[in-house]
Amino acid sequence: MEHDTVDPIHQFQIHELIPLHFGSYNFSFTNSALFMFIVVGLALWFLTSSTASRAMVPGRAQSVSEIAYEFVAGTLRDAAGHHGMQFFPLVFTLFTFVLTANLLGMFPYFFTVTSHIIVTFALAMLVILTVVIVGIANHGFKFFKLFVPAGVPIYLIPLVTAIEIISFLSRPISLSVRLFANMLAGHITLKVFAGFIFTMSALGSLGIVGSILPLLMAVALTALEFLVAFLQAYVFTVLTCMYLNDALHPGH
Amino acid sequence: MADTTQVPAGETATPQHGTEVGQNAPAHAGSFPPFDSSTFASQLLWLAIAFGLLFILMSRVAIPRISGIIEARKDKIAKDVAEASRLKAETDAAILAYEEALAAARKKAAVIAAEAHKALSAEIDAKRHAAEAVLAEKLVVAEAQIGEIKARALLEVDSIARDTAEAVLGILTPVPVSHDEIADAVDAETKR
Repeated sequence: MEHDTVDPIHQFQIHELIPLHFGSYNFSFTNSALFMFIVVGLALWFLTSSTASRAMVPGRAQSVSEIAYEFVAGTLRDAAGHHGMQFFPLVFTLFTFVLTANLLGMFPYFFTVTSHIIVTFALAMLVILTVVIVGIANHGFKFFKLFVPAGVPIYLIPLVTAIEIISFLSRPISLSVRLFANMLAGHITLKVFAGFIFTMSALGSLGIVGSILPLLMAVALTALEFLVAFLQAYVFTVLTCMYLNDALHPGH
Repeated sequence: MADTTQVPAGETATPQHGTEVGQNAPAHAGSFPPFDSSTFASQLLWLAIAFGLLFILMSRVAIPRISGIIEARKDKIAKDVAEASRLKAETDAAILAYEEALAAARKKAAVIAAEAHKALSAEIDAKRHAAEAVLAEKLVVAEAQIGEIKARALLEVDSIARDTAEAVLGILTPVPVSHDEIADAVDAETKR
């Protein structure tokens, strides 16, 4: 297993912890599932324990919870208006889940839930399906005006509508791939540079001196990855808010 | 992607690591883990459970609590501001009432002063009139007295003149002159 220390893909592997097979389906409880529950537990523990005292003047932890709340509420209100606040529980849950998963993945030997495309895609589909279902429930057939922007010359409508439909269909893909690829690439890069430190320092004293360079790089990348972890959660949230706005105001 | 395990593992899994990974790869299902569709069903199921759990507990516990804290703070601030503005209004009203009372008192004081002034001046007038009347009376009496004295004096002047004339005549002429003649002459002189 010595290869595992330098194999940058190893960290994304899924192991079955509790095998659960139903016919040809494999619903085993894996390390990914374990970290999903750790994320959920951690997020809920922080948000509830920090606000347990319900202090009128918040302490540090309560401030963090309140800032996260106000931040997501402000983002949603800016993007989708006052009616958008009906989606607040969904958006706040998404933000909390993605942010906690991203940050938890920064710990060595921890599994990053959001580095798997199926997870980010499922979250993106949850957003898009919410948009479609709420949009049709609220506006009926008028929801499809989303694909026909107002004020476009009649001869351009087929072209513009085709572009709008393609852009709508690509939303879940771009939303999920952006998060997945950022987390995956960041962790691979970090692991590659960390691997350089081992391989170079195995080459002798000159290698140990030389390994300072990838060490510095790994430190800098760690800082960058913390930024990316937050930024991608933010981007996911902002785009979610913008898409949800379409469900409420399809007429552009 | 699971079917690609037939392909030599070195090609599907991380080509940049070449043979080292290639030897190791068959132990790990042979494909890039995020694209290994055999794990999708399990990940979707557990994601749905975990995310659903988070969503329910968020909307039942965490979000109401945080929004409650923020609302309570907003209410408290609004209440305090309202209380402050109420107190300010009360202060303003009190100042206004004080100023009104002051103005009324001033007006009343002016009225009282004017009345007192009027009463005093009436009294002074009355006293002055009384004093003047007394003085006028005294003046009349005095004038009468003066007139009387003057008349008496004038009478005495006549007799003195007569006596003087008689004495002078007695010295000047030996001719006896009667008292009546002298009196007539003096009278004629004084009446001229």
